[in-house]
Amino acid sequence: MSTPTWVPRRRRGAELALTVMAVAIGVFGYIAVGLGVSGTIPSDTYALIGGLVLAAIGAHLAVRRFAPYADPILLPLVLCLNGLGLVMIHRLDLGRQAIDPERGAFAGSQVVWTFVGIVAFAAVLVIVRDHRRLQALTYTFGLAAIVLLILPLLPGIGHEQNGARIWIRLGPFSFQPGEAAKICLAIFFAGYLVVKRDVLALAGKRILGIDLPRGRDLGPILLGWLISVGILVFQRDLGSSLLFFGLFVVVLFVATERPGWLVVGSLLFAFGAWLGYTAFGHVRVRFEAWLDPFADPDRNMQIVSALFGLAHGGLIGRGWGQGSPELTPFSFSDFILASLGEELGLTGLMAILLIYGLIVERGLRIALTCRDGFGKLLAIGLTMSFAIQVFIVAGGVTRLIPLTGLTAPFLAQGGSSIVMNWAIIALLLRISDQTRRPAPPTSSVGSDEQTQVVKL
Amino acid sequence: MSELTLTLIKLGFLAVLWIFVLSAVSVIRTDIFGTRVPSRQVAKPSKKSAAPAQKSKPAKRRRGKRGQPSLLQIVDGPNAGQSVPLGDDPIILGRGTDAAIRLNDDYVSTRHARFASNGEQWFVEDLGSTNGTYIGSQRITTPVPLSMGTQVRLGKTIVELRK
Repeated sequence: MSTPTWVPRRRRGAELALTVMAVAIGVFGYIAVGLGVSGTIPSDTYALIGGLVLAAIGAHLAVRRFAPYADPILLPLVLCLNGLGLVMIHRLDLGRQAIDPERGAFAGSQVVWTFVGIVAFAAVLVIVRDHRRLQALTYTFGLAAIVLLILPLLPGIGHEQNGARIWIRLGPFSFQPGEAAKICLAIFFAGYLVVKRDVLALAGKRILGIDLPRGRDLGPILLGWLISVGILVFQRDLGSSLLFFGLFVVVLFVATERPGWLVVGSLLFAFGAWLGYTAFGHVRVRFEAWLDPFADPDRNMQIVSALFGLAHGGLIGRGWGQGSPELTPFSFSDFILASLGEELGLTGLMAILLIYGLIVERGLRIALTCRDGFGKLLAIGLTMSFAIQVFIVAGGVTRLIPLTGLTAPFLAQGGSSIVMNWAIIALLLRISDQTRRPAPPTSSVGSDEQTQVVKL
Repeated sequence: MSELTLTLIKLGFLAVLWIFVLSAVSVIRTDIFGTRVPSRQVAKPSKKSAAPAQKSKPAKRRRGKRGQPSLLQIVDGPNAGQSVPLGDDPIILGRGTDAAIRLNDDYVSTRHARFASNGEQWFVEDLGSTNGTYIGSQRITTPVPLSMGTQVRLGKTIVELRK
């Protein structure tokens, strides 16, 4: 009689075209850095270019093979960011070693971490064939998140670096378990709230126009959140605790459709910020650096240097290798957005922020089109954690909000961050593959083997 | 390297970056508008039948083909006896205000299940309800095609498609 309105399309060709462009941007960047810094293209650049190309081919083939109906835009966007990050880290290596040849280079290890990230990406796509199965492991993931967050506090493997005790060290490798805990918590929140959202939204008293749920419904999730945030405050990792809190409030709001949660969340946040300001000296330092960095330019040298860098970049930037972003401490990790702003200018930085925006848009689109509640909440949680992280980093670097230590996803140097962000993208692609895939042919209702049933 | 070359490289890089962003946007655009919209052979439903029917009312419009269901009937539960005529629009059952029939059943969620048609076949889909939607003893997790007379259970309510 008529054709179905929704025609499932793979669009892998469009993805390939965009992937080629994304890799071309990275290659162009490497060449521009070589020309900008030394006037020639150094021979070791080819290793880095090769690494980027191999990573792109691997990721594209993994998607083609294991998630053929997945969203075609996410992967190229992420590859573009990853490539830009690699180029910038390479450029900062050159700059920092020009100042002091003793300083370590990060670009090589970042390429290796990118490979590990691609492997993690493919592994998630292979292992998680159906995201709904994760719902069966809701509490396992909740527990895993707490264990991961406690790990750095344990003596022996825990390891303090730059004032925050958020690393674990196993032999030559150090890892930030908080990044993995973010995914575990998103799965836990989604799995818990999809079961309890009706109870949370409907059962309970109404106080001051806000429907408060019963304690026994809210208990486990509040406990899980308090433990994670408590640990983070204890570890002095304020950026992550802000991120987890934002994730918690947003997922709760989406699950219950009650705007009151946003009000409660904002009040709790204001209270927490005030408490942090009065109780912790380093929070006060961050606040003062935010309100008036030039009052103490020596102590706030990092943010002042980043601001000068952004101003130096101006509208179209200095060009690759032409600025001096290496003067800012941690210009390759926390301040990589300022470094990119100096070399690519406002025009380039806006493009990068737009790429982040498009990734978030695709994530929210996946959540909208997903048919099952768990997938929706998981996609929302993962996307919003990504969005909040970008906001916190970009806001901190540009002095919109006080600076808190978080990495710009895919750009900043840091192994755990890049691996876990690739895993997040793999989960989003898995959900999107499930959503866009044509429905399995179910001819008759009675036959059980043809009815797709997921054990929960 | 001359100043001019470096400036050209700088501008070229920014141009490539923005071309990439814009092509990504254009792929998103074709993803939205590029789906083939079928030619509607079934006449558009009148405004009257598009509005959610709260009370049971007889189906005015017959579907073109014989043997097609025209009514969603509640056969058991607190709202037994009520029915909704089937149009082109999806029908939502639940306790909420946007439901075609507001089910007075404590075991039914606000938006419990959706009945939708692709033009020739009706499907039932669970909307993430707390107690689930069942066909026989099977809890459904994906849209399941319905034939006439198949009983679908939501909470204590049982519905089926009828002529």
